[in-house]
Formats: sequence, structure tokens, C-alpha cells
Amino acid sequence: MIRLEKRPQPSAIWKTVTPLLAVILTIVAGGLMFAALGTDPVAAIRTIFWDPLFHPQYASYSRPQLLVKAGPLILIAIGLSIGFRAGIWNIGAEGQYIIGAITGAGAGLALYPSEAWWIFPMMVAAGALGGWLWAMIPAILKTHFNTNEILVSLLLVYVAENLMASMAVGALRNPEGGGFPGSRNLSQWPAASNPELIAGTGMHWGVMAAFVAVILAYVLMSRHLTGFHIQLAGQAPRAAAFAGVRPERLVVFCLGLSGALAGLAGIFEVTGPAGQLSIDFNVGYGFTAIIVAFLGRLHPAGILLAGLLMALTYIGGELASFTLGIPAAAIQSFQGMLLFFLLAVDVLTNYRIRLGRTEAAT
Amino acid sequence: MGLSTISPTLLVASLMIAATPILLAALGELVVERAGVLNLGVEGMMITGAICGFAAAVGTGSPALGFVAAAASGAALALVFGFLTQILLSNQVATGLALTLFGLGLSSLLGQGYSGIRPPPTARFDFGPLSDLPFVGRVVFGHDWIVYLSLALTALIWWFLTRSRAGLTLRAVGENHEAAHALGMKVVAIRLCAIAFGGACAGLGGAYLSLVRVPQWTEGMTAGAGWIALAIVVFASWRAWGVLVGAYLFGGVTVLQLNLQAAGVAFPVEYLSMSPYLVTIAVLVLMSARSGRRALGAPACLGKPFHASQ
Repeated sequence: MIRLEKRPQPSAIWKTVTPLLAVILTIVAGGLMFAALGTDPVAAIRTIFWDPLFHPQYASYSRPQLLVKAGPLILIAIGLSIGFRAGIWNIGAEGQYIIGAITGAGAGLALYPSEAWWIFPMMVAAGALGGWLWAMIPAILKTHFNTNEILVSLLLVYVAENLMASMAVGALRNPEGGGFPGSRNLSQWPAASNPELIAGTGMHWGVMAAFVAVILAYVLMSRHLTGFHIQLAGQAPRAAAFAGVRPERLVVFCLGLSGALAGLAGIFEVTGPAGQLSIDFNVGYGFTAIIVAFLGRLHPAGILLAGLLMALTYIGGELASFTLGIPAAAIQSFQGMLLFFLLAVDVLTNYRIRLGRTEAAT
Repeated sequence: MGLSTISPTLLVASLMIAATPILLAALGELVVERAGVLNLGVEGMMITGAICGFAAAVGTGSPALGFVAAAASGAALALVFGFLTQILLSNQVATGLALTLFGLGLSSLLGQGYSGIRPPPTARFDFGPLSDLPFVGRVVFGHDWIVYLSLALTALIWWFLTRSRAGLTLRAVGENHEAAHALGMKVVAIRLCAIAFGGACAGLGGAYLSLVRVPQWTEGMTAGAGWIALAIVVFASWRAWGVLVGAYLFGGVTVLQLNLQAAGVAFPVEYLSMSPYLVTIAVLVLMSARSGRRALGAPACLGKPFHASQ
């Protein structure tokens, strides 16, 4: 008989080993999935994890993509992780990302074709503000009416998607675009573009912001009283109440911060890699960032690594669908599987597994 | 075209069709939540049911077998969630999200090559001459058997939760799992049964979308229906008849906005499309504001992990 015995404290070793174990299990299970799809599993795994970085032909294109994809994932996941630590579940980052792109792009396009230097910084600020405002909806509803923030933030993603579609064919449509949906190309307007800063690396302002967010989040969570309050509220809400933590403030702070970071990711994406606001602008970064946050153990350094790994699976997935004909959707289930395995092996962090008979009369 | 082209008979009839997927999924989730488990993976189970049911119905030519396959796939996926949360004691919110993300990926993987196909039609339930009555014939007696199944299921779940001994046990587990365990109830086994039932219902709801409502397979076709089902359980204050009201209310908003789109009302299509989500949020706010700080009717152990040795 196998039974679980609760550890007095989560095991520090397992806490770092479990993400690696989950990745290995996902690779094995993913290999089986690819074999079932009729592809050589070894070739598929190598294409996803190795070729994007080291393939002589494709690596020169796909290596810079690593930072391009990891930037928004890390930026969003950092914000989400802080809320998750406090038990505040913002799962609508995808919507805040879209709104950040809309407000930022809209603020910039209002001044087209000015060449003033402050246009790009102003757009970035407008994007962060847009994401923050969109996240304030679930936050205020939570603090004033006790409405579930999970459902509201998620439902607002669909509202944001429709809003974006209406902007792409309406208010923000390129007047010189021949009637096609989509805004002006922001990356070709020097005052508003977010270019690659060092050629061949994929580094742009959004990636810089992600790195800064990692450092600031680390400082906040380990050196600042607010960070302590966030952890306390997540682990022992009653103790937090006695320590004078105001739960309403935490809700507003955590949702606002994650919304602003998601909005930032949106504006950096629309001015840089995406270039324009169009109907298919969002590609699910806001949802994948949830996996990144958990895979990184809700710790800034972990999220940095997890974001890079997740970006690798995105690029590898594209490469695999290009060279091996693996459907692009396979990679999405691969990412979902990773989160499943991570949650499953997490039992080893919090519990000891005991073999043998249960003691009598328990 | 104008508003006069909207026929009230067809409006009510299509309202019932639009509400049925959500009703089925929400009924399943109601039972799961009354057992004290919060499964946020409804969307993932619905979409998996949608494609599995679609593939089975196209493959065998029988919509009934399609619905069976959809229920089985939904239950299978739900049991993955059950294993993780009940046996391995993982966080229910995170695991539910994982289920949704995985289900969306899995469904588009399975759905390769199924787009653009029409599924075999689901037969109307034959009421004989009753179906020829004006208005009533179309609205009450003019549907396929899944609509009647969903209505019967509502009554059955109401009876089960409020009038049967097994339902009392299930509610006891959801209200206080420590006490239920002390009384010798098998908390984990009961919860696993509820989770599997919830998954089967979500799968049925998804298959109703792909086999009857649309009827076609497109990627991501549930478009948040699973999340709306979760919201409807809250709206219903965890009661079966409330779920019915909530689902039909939502179906009404959906059908009305689709009809307004079709009638060419001078209002941007995108804003009409977002209205069901906005109405759901508004209703959630009203419900949670009315019941004060703690939502009335929420099972006390909702979302809490249970470990027998504690």
C-alpha cells in the first residue's frame, strides 16, 4: 500500500528537481504522442529542443526568435506569479495584453506622422495604463462586490478580442491600407517602432523590460514588506489579517501590476515583432504565461528559465511543423501536458511517499 | 431587412438550442462543486467532447454514438484532473487551468482534417401530431432528444441533490469533508465519481455544439462556453433549477444578438458579439453583491484539498 505523508515543510531539493523531472516526463510522453501521430519521436524532440539553437541551417533565423518569444512570456508571467503567490488568480492576461496593444497603438497613431522622440515612450506608458485599467475591472468588482476574479478576468478576454477586431476594421484601420483590416505598420514608423537593439539577437525594448521586471520582482518578493505581505496572504490569510494586511489592497495591487505588465508586453509586441494591430494579433502568450509562471515555481529566476524553455518549444514547434509536418496544435497540447506533469510531480515536494501497510485503526 | 424579420417562435426555439450546451456543462459542474471540487477545466473538457463526439459521429454515421464518445472522452479527461487533485493533491485552480489549456491543444490536434465536414444529422424527437401545433409545436415539441435529455437531467439532479440519500452524502462531502470522512464516507471515491460525471456532462455539451448547434468542427469553437457554464453555477447559487434559468437566460442573449446581427441593426457586429460575456459578468456581479461577503449556497469545502491523515 502506498500512502502519502505530509512533510512539515516543502522539500527544498524537490522544489528545484520537480520542474526538471516534469520536463523529462513531458518529453517522454510527448515522444509517445508524436510516435502515435506517425512521426519519428527522436527526430521530433530533437527538432523542437535542439535544432532551433544549433541546426546549421535554421539556427541563424530561429535563435533570435528565442528572445522575441520569451520576452512577452516572461513579462506577463512575472506579473501573474506575484498574484498567484497571494492567491489572486488573474487568468485574463491575454485580454490585458490585447488592450495594452490597442491603447498604446491608439495613443501613438493619434499623432501620426509626427517624428517627436517622446512618441514611443508615451505609447509604452499608454499600453501599461491600458492593461492596468483592464485588470482594474476584475479588481474593483472583487473588492466591492466580491465577484470571482478568475471568471471575470477570463470572460474579459473575449470582450477584448472583439474590441480588437472592431478596432482593426474600424477606428484604428490603416486609411492607406486599401480597406484591409489592420492598423498602420508601427514598426515602419521610426518614432513608434520597437526595433531589434542588437542585430541578430532578437533583443528589443520588451525583452529589456522583461529582464528588468525579473530583477524588480526578485527585490519586491524577497526584500520588500509588500512582497512579504503577498506571500503571507497566500500561505496564511488569517495570520495576514492579524498582521494588518488589507486584502482589498493586495487584490488591487496584484491585479493592477499583472495587468500593467501584460499591457506592456502587448505594446512592445505591436510596435515590434507584430508590427501592426490586426485581427490575429494575439497568439496566446497570456495563457502560456500561466504555464511559465508555474514551471518557474512562481520565482523570478525560475520564470526567466521557464520563459526561455517555453519560447524554445514555440519555435521548435514551428520548425517541426515546417520540416516534419507535425501539426502546429501538437505543441499546444505538449505545453498543456508539461503543466499537468509539473502539478503531478509536485506531490513529491509537499509529501513523502511511504510504502508499506497503513497503521491499524487510522 | 429590419427587426420585423425576427420571428418570436424561431427565437425561442433557437434559444433552447443555444442554451443546451451550457446547460449540460453547468449541470455537470454543479454536481462537481456540490461535492466540494472546483474544476476550472470545463472549457477543455467541452472542446475535447466536441471533437471526439464529432469524429465518432462522422466515423460511425451515428450521432448517438458520437454523444456517447463525447461523454466518455470528457469523463476520461476529467479523471486526469481527478487523479491529480484527489490522489496527488495538486492545486485545483492550477490543475483546472492545465486541463483547459491541454484540452484546447488536444482538440485542435485531433481535429486535423475534420473541418468543413458536415456531421450526420441528429434526429428530432417524434411527438407525432403534437409537433404540428402552432408555436407550441415548434417550441416545446420540435427539438432533438438531447434538449429533452438536458431538461430531464436538470430535474434528475435536483431530485438527486435534494431528495436522495446518495445526494445527501455528496453534499456532506462538499460541506465538510473532515466530518464526512469521520462518518466513514469515502470522500475521495465520491469526489472522483462526481468529477467523472461532470466531465461526461461537459463532453455532451461540447458534442451538442459540434453536432447540432453549429453543426461543424472549427478550432476553439466553444469560445468560452465552458467559462460561462462556470459562471452560471455561481449565478444559480449552486441549485439545479437556477442553472436552468441561467443557461436559458444566456441562450436568450446569445440568440438575440445573433438575430440582431442577421437583421443588420446599425450597431457594430463586434459589440453585439461581446454582449453575452458582458451580460455574464453583470449577472455575476449582481449575484455576488446580493449575497454579501460570502456567496450564499457555495459548498463550504469548495476547492479545498482533502488528505485523510490530517
